[in-house]
Amino acid sequence: MTDNNPTDLPVAVTSVIGVSQYLQIATFDVENSYAYNTLAATENANPLFWDDAVAQELTSGRILPPTTLSLWMRPHYWEPGAEGEQVALQVHFDLKKIFELPEAVMTDNTIIFYEPVRAGDRISNSQVLKSVSGPKTTKLGSGRFWVIDVEFKNQHGALVGIESYTGFGYRRDQEVAAS
Amino acid sequence: MTAEARILLDQVAVGQSLPELAIDVTPTTVVLGALASRDWRPMHHDYKFATERNGVADIFLNTPNQAAWFERYVTDWAGPRARLGRMKFRMKTSVFPGHRMVFTAIVTAVSTDSAGCGWVSIDVALSVGAAEADPSSYVVASTCEVRLALPDSSTDNPWSRSGEQWVP
Repeated sequence: MTDNNPTDLPVAVTSVIGVSQYLQIATFDVENSYAYNTLAATENANPLFWDDAVAQELTSGRILPPTTLSLWMRPHYWEPGAEGEQVALQVHFDLKKIFELPEAVMTDNTIIFYEPVRAGDRISNSQVLKSVSGPKTTKLGSGRFWVIDVEFKNQHGALVGIESYTGFGYRRDQEVAAS
Repeated sequence: MTAEARILLDQVAVGQSLPELAIDVTPTTVVLGALASRDWRPMHHDYKFATERNGVADIFLNTPNQAAWFERYVTDWAGPRARLGRMKFRMKTSVFPGHRMVFTAIVTAVSTDSAGCGWVSIDVALSVGAAEADPSSYVVASTCEVRLALPDSSTDNPWSRSGEQWVP
């Protein structure tokens, strides 16, 4: 991925590189039940998340496991008034549409953790497209890589984390051959 | 359960290995992890979508759940006073039901920053293969570089740091 932001990118892409988009505020408060789901899914016995006395001593009360960061901004699968699939990383899906790449996977993920997230917090985030590669072919198919940064804050405006995703949008090779 | 430090910074050295962790992956592992992270994308719960649309072998572990597994692995070793600062992982191949996940890791750096916070850098490898296969045949599915704050004494608490005192 050495040719980030090549010259063949459409204006719809170049015009949003480096621009903060889709500022969103979560539609629900942070809650401990999601901590339990994640802890159960990973068999994580860290007493910081299970024991009130430990949480009180170390973090002045319960916090959520740091790696639950992204889930607070993931939309409900359905809610009244919503139409179509609700997606979390809209820039990623915008790029799939612009480049007409029906499939995509994430290949790299960097997460930097700042202030802990606590039950009752209301998280917000925004997305910044950092780069898009030229055409690439991998074992999955042909497409492009892109990097998207997501900045998360709590209701006090404090930074709680930054995530950076590298995605690969692609068309499977047999689809290329058939098209 | 206790908040006591499990490992102090001066008990860690470059080259030190973390204990191995092996987990057998089932469809439930994948679906539970996806739904716990509110990831409703069908490749994490719908076999036909994953195989016929995505062209992969099965449903597969989603990104946030891999992050949660890495968190569990390093904090199992380091204890509740350890605080994640940063993790950077690369997924080379997917983790499917039927795989055995094996986490291994090595400490690559030990340092103290200008704010006085102690840090260890850890390279974690997540290898996968059929549960009944020879582990020497396993392939590395993901790698993860972790920057983890550790207490430098029995009374130090990295969680108490914020603002300029926390530089992850």
